[in-house]
Amino acid sequence: MADKKKKNLPPDVQEYQTFQQQREVKRPVLKNCLKAFFVGGFICFIGQLISTFYMYFFHFTEQTAGNPTVATLIFITMLLTGFGVYDRIGQFAGAGSAVPVTGFGNAVISSAIEHRTEGFILGVGTNMLKLAGPVIVYGVFSAFVVALIKTILVQWGGL
Amino acid sequence: MLQGHQTWVFANRPVIISTGTVGGPFEANGNIPKDFDILHDDMWLGQASFEKAQQTLMEEACQIALKKTSIEKEQVQFFMSGDLIYQITPTNFAAKTLGLPFFGLFNACATSMESLALAAMIINNKGANYILSGTASHNASAERQFRYPTEYGGQKPPTAQWTVTGAGCSLVAKQGTGPVITSATIGKVIDMGITDPFNMGAAMAPAAVDTIEKHLQDRNISPDYYDLIATGDLGHIGREISYDLLVDRGLSLDEERYVDCGLIIYREGQPVLAGASGSACSAVVTYGHLLNRMKAGELKRILIVATGALHSPMSIQQNDPIPCIAHAVSIEI
Repeated sequence: MADKKKKNLPPDVQEYQTFQQQREVKRPVLKNCLKAFFVGGFICFIGQLISTFYMYFFHFTEQTAGNPTVATLIFITMLLTGFGVYDRIGQFAGAGSAVPVTGFGNAVISSAIEHRTEGFILGVGTNMLKLAGPVIVYGVFSAFVVALIKTILVQWGGL
Repeated sequence: MLQGHQTWVFANRPVIISTGTVGGPFEANGNIPKDFDILHDDMWLGQASFEKAQQTLMEEACQIALKKTSIEKEQVQFFMSGDLIYQITPTNFAAKTLGLPFFGLFNACATSMESLALAAMIINNKGANYILSGTASHNASAERQFRYPTEYGGQKPPTAQWTVTGAGCSLVAKQGTGPVITSATIGKVIDMGITDPFNMGAAMAPAAVDTIEKHLQDRNISPDYYDLIATGDLGHIGREISYDLLVDRGLSLDEERYVDCGLIIYREGQPVLAGASGSACSAVVTYGHLLNRMKAGELKRILIVATGALHSPMSIQQNDPIPCIAHAVSIEI
């Protein structure tokens, strides 16, 4: 796609883009993947500890322990975001802290904090899901599509 | 007067008689804390929003610039300034507080030298006796407008830059003691098709190179004329690209005399990735650090090339490239 876009540009622009790409500092992808793997894994490990804690002390089952575990993780994220720590973890860990539920929590909470100065309705209310909104929209949409495919296969495909 | 195609040479020698520089906590922890007049340890400056904090930075910079001289505010004819935030509102409010006739300017991070060039032009042509020119930026207000909420944990690439929290202001006068503004080159908008807002150094480098080249052509001088050529906020990547481009075009520059304000302001080890940016970057480094070095006799002739990326969050989302500009002002003592 990048090449296709490039073809329509004037030659001096194309030449400059090649020139600057040689000098651009690339994202250290392998290093980032490793960091993301370990930090993401660590967050999941904490999640597992919390989950086990709820099952052991509060008579939750493996199925029902999920909800309080997620709530606890998001609460911790809220504190870390509010105290200005989570964005530093995010810069270090990348996808490792963005993909787990804590990343979703951070997206909502950081937007809510950020827009507090514009008031609770038009500021916090309107902007809270500014970053997390797409996740919800496309999450619901893809669930709908998957459900549709499943229904068609089960009803008419005889699976 | 106009010399060549896009350069003004100021025969009446407008003087920077005083400057004011204000910084935030991150700048206090940086490389040149001694060159600031005021350093704040609170990002909010005790204000209710980051935008109001930015307004306060601008007001303080102007007040200090005036306080250092015997000039009263009433003697100043114009205030010329701008910033990065929606319709330059923080500057508009600062202008209200100052109560001076006001030119609102926007050339993104090149606003610092745009305002200085225009102030020098007006004074050179006897349109005013004193003009306050300056600009401010605030890390958090720029972050939230151009990127993500400040506390959002998104990972930035190594090409990203850190917006300076600060304000720099200069008081330009018809006569007096201080560094003299000798010439200014107004740059063209250059668009080299860079669309990544996290790589502004590479986007702005060709604009800086174009302006430097035109400046030297118009004035008919070689790069050796200047003790220092300082670009505004190109960062590591932009500085390297622009240096290579200049050499490609046959302008042999001493690598040590080609610096970037975005690399002077912070220390190694601060998490600023490719360097500093923001309209205050070139303003505080020039009006603080570089003019102090001139006064100490280390530098005699400098050329400041403030670079600006003229995009908006909307133009980026609509996949438009980043148009860039650079203005050069030469200051001599």
